[in-house]
Amino acid sequence: MNNMVNLVWLVPLLPLAGFLINGLLRNSLSRTMSGLIGSGVLLAAFLLSLLIFGQVRQEGFQATIVTLFDFITVGKLSIPFSFQVDQLSVLFLLIITGVGFLIHLYSTAYMHDEEPPHFARYFSYLNLFVFSMLLLVLGGNFVILFIGWEGVGLCSYLLIGYWFKNLDYGNAAKKAFIMNRIGDLGFLIAIFWMIKQYGSVTFGDVFSHAGATPVAVLTGITLLLFVGAAGKSAQIPLYTWLPDAMAGPTPVSALIHAATMVTAGIYMIARSNMMYSLAPMTQTVVAVIGLATALFAATIALKQNDIKKVLAYSTVSQLGYMFLGLGVGAYTGAVFHVMTHAFFKALLFLGAGSVIHAMGGEQDMRKMGGLKKYMSVTHATFLIGCIAIAGIPPFSGFFSKDEILTGAFAKSPVYFIVGVFTALLTAYYMFRLYATTFMGKFRGTHEQEHHLHESPSAMTIPLILLAVLAATAGFLGIPAAFASNAHWLEHFLEPVFAGSAALKTHTEELSKTTEWGLMGVSVAIALAGTLAAVSKFSRRPELEDAQGFGKVLANKWYVDEFYNAIIVRPMNLLGKFFNSVIERWVIDWIVNGIGRLVQYGSRQLRLIQSGQVGGYVLLMVVGILVLFLVELFVKK
Amino acid sequence: MPINYYIFLSIALFCIGVAGVLTRRNAIIIFMCIELMLNACNLLLVAFSKMHQHALAAGSPNAGIDGQIFVFFIMVVAAAEVSVGLAIIVMMYRNTHSIDVNFLNRLKH
Amino acid sequence: MGITQVLFWFLSIMALLSAILVVISKNPVHSVLWLIVVFVAISGHYILMNAQFLAIVNLIVYAGAIMVLFLFVFMLMNLNADMEPQKNKWLKIAGVVAGGSLLLVLVAALKSADMKTQIAEMSGGGIGLIKNLGITLFKDYVVPFEISSVLFLSAMVGVVVIGKKD
Repeated sequence: MNNMVNLVWLVPLLPLAGFLINGLLRNSLSRTMSGLIGSGVLLAAFLLSLLIFGQVRQEGFQATIVTLFDFITVGKLSIPFSFQVDQLSVLFLLIITGVGFLIHLYSTAYMHDEEPPHFARYFSYLNLFVFSMLLLVLGGNFVILFIGWEGVGLCSYLLIGYWFKNLDYGNAAKKAFIMNRIGDLGFLIAIFWMIKQYGSVTFGDVFSHAGATPVAVLTGITLLLFVGAAGKSAQIPLYTWLPDAMAGPTPVSALIHAATMVTAGIYMIARSNMMYSLAPMTQTVVAVIGLATALFAATIALKQNDIKKVLAYSTVSQLGYMFLGLGVGAYTGAVFHVMTHAFFKALLFLGAGSVIHAMGGEQDMRKMGGLKKYMSVTHATFLIGCIAIAGIPPFSGFFSKDEILTGAFAKSPVYFIVGVFTALLTAYYMFRLYATTFMGKFRGTHEQEHHLHESPSAMTIPLILLAVLAATAGFLGIPAAFASNAHWLEHFLEPVFAGSAALKTHTEELSKTTEWGLMGVSVAIALAGTLAAVSKFSRRPELEDAQGFGKVLANKWYVDEFYNAIIVRPMNLLGKFFNSVIERWVIDWIVNGIGRLVQYGSRQLRLIQSGQVGGYVLLMVVGILVLFLVELFVKK
Repeated sequence: MPINYYIFLSIALFCIGVAGVLTRRNAIIIFMCIELMLNACNLLLVAFSKMHQHALAAGSPNAGIDGQIFVFFIMVVAAAEVSVGLAIIVMMYRNTHSIDVNFLNRLKH
Repeated sequence: MGITQVLFWFLSIMALLSAILVVISKNPVHSVLWLIVVFVAISGHYILMNAQFLAIVNLIVYAGAIMVLFLFVFMLMNLNADMEPQKNKWLKIAGVVAGGSLLLVLVAALKSADMKTQIAEMSGGGIGLIKNLGITLFKDYVVPFEISSVLFLSAMVGVVVIGKKD
């Protein structure tokens, strides 16, 4: 047992093997085999992660570095290919492999309409994604993290554009990849700066020297890292790719765009908490952008009619909450919310997938309704997910969101007020979604009604498991206000955030009464939003197109159109300019000119062969002359 | 006579022949200039053979005779060459009714 | 200056002048005649050097046979000065320049030759005599001699074949 940590390299290796097998043999494997291989490696990886977790949670466990080989060695810079196993990485390991396995299982039923080669291609991409994500969280230095970072971006592109025959999906995939890249540029510059500043990118080296760096440098590095995180985790202004990414299959949306990839930014900042705690200006930036994104996305979700789009904007909003938590120093809260969000958002997405599957591909809420009669398991689990995300106790969302809001209040009451308002909106739009889809009368066509059925067990079992987790995971983080020393997660992650905790000033500690008060306020508001939405939408669902201000919200505040005009159109014009002017006139002129020159030269040379004897003799004499000259006067 | 006098004379005759070949268009005149060049070479060869004889007189009485034998053979070849060449020119005249060398470019077509 | 030298200079100047006149003459028949003068001058040089056999052969073969052949061809074609086509002026200048450059280069090359002060024996020496020449020709060079007769045969056959009218 004590040596399980040294075998941590097996955990990413298993999905990599799954990727290779499914990818290379995709033309000869049956659907059952591909599904078995894809899910089986994930299950094995999860079991391994459990064993490693068992070792890590022993008291006094030190962060262990497992080095595989020397990756880059240039002069004094050494970047080994190493994994760092500590509490934070093992927690993420469990989330990724656990939720990942459930989603793989779900996919075997959801995607069973695909041809076997495409089915295998799907699972190979999913396994490659899990491999990259594991590299990301296990990496022992920023470069290995970045390799995983890029890998998940690539797999996101591959999976969003999975149904590649549809050009719109392909465009959505490209949009996701390009926006990710913009963030990655910030990340890269931060890595270069770190190399220049510290001479190393290993976590231990960088964080131990963080105290000695000038604040300006630290602010710069952390801001650039946050740019990368904003691209990957869909914060303002790089969030517009996430709603468009719903073009991919629903399990992909569940895994990548709810539970794992988008949390990579949170992981990275949580890992670098030492640097962020020492750069208060960046923390403010992170908190403000996180809060703004949360509010902004929540307002848009109020008026969306596609199930997946509502959930996508909800994801953006919840990610904003997590960044708010990081920005106010509530690192444990943010990581806690990552965990609970993974459970209930994956649950919600998979439930939505179940509904879409039953409706034969229909995603518009307005054509659904009254589904609770036909799909009882999906309905029950979806309801649990909605209650969890609204933040109603005793489900998990309450505990994690409350921890973040408490930390926000400690920094500034304004954060708390805006955060609570956003929680109100969250409850409202989630229950709008629930009521419109599951309550009332069915509004679809007759054939759709005949087709309605509960999903197969491969889809409902993950739903049930995730619902259990969403309901009970909150008890891992019981705040001190209820019972002292009951916050298991905080205790578990203490070694990771020890540096930041030491920097916390005592003025930020709140009294117990204040905490009770804050909790009461947030619960009351969440309940109010829930009841308002349920009562309004179960009786009269919102079927007409939005008017007035609602139209602005329904059109996502016209941000996409804004980006189009400011960035996309000028780039296209620039490209056209380069094509028509520079490409055609300058480059083609040069290249064709060389061709024309050669032709001209050869035409002139051809005239030597004139057929005139006199000319030939002249040339002979000239040649002899030249030879003589060379012989006599050049060669000494 | 120092040998270089003969060398310069030969070179001068040779170059006059070259100038003649390049300058004239009449095929027969060109031919004659070629004969001029050949003769310049013959003169030089004979001069060198005498030079060798002077230098090696004590050794062998017939030193340097090879030069003159060579000249003899050159004349043989020149005679044969002239006959064949003139035959060709006569043929050319019969076909094109001109002995302009430039008209030979019709061979190209 | 001894008589040899005077003769040498006289013959050289005669040869050079006639050669230039060969190239320059408009009338081709005049060119032929001036060429014959050149050959006579060269034969004179041979005699000066005591190459008696070659002098006679030169006169007989070149001036006698070859030039007569040229004259025959000229007469057959009935050419006169008017029909001679003129070359492009630039090409003529180019030709003269090329020839002149060749002259200059060769002369310059020989300036650095280290044997230029060696003497060519003039009158005297037995190698030009017919007797010695004949003996060497038939003793050491008999094979080329016989082959040259084959050469003549092939030349004659070639001429007849080329000249046939059919």
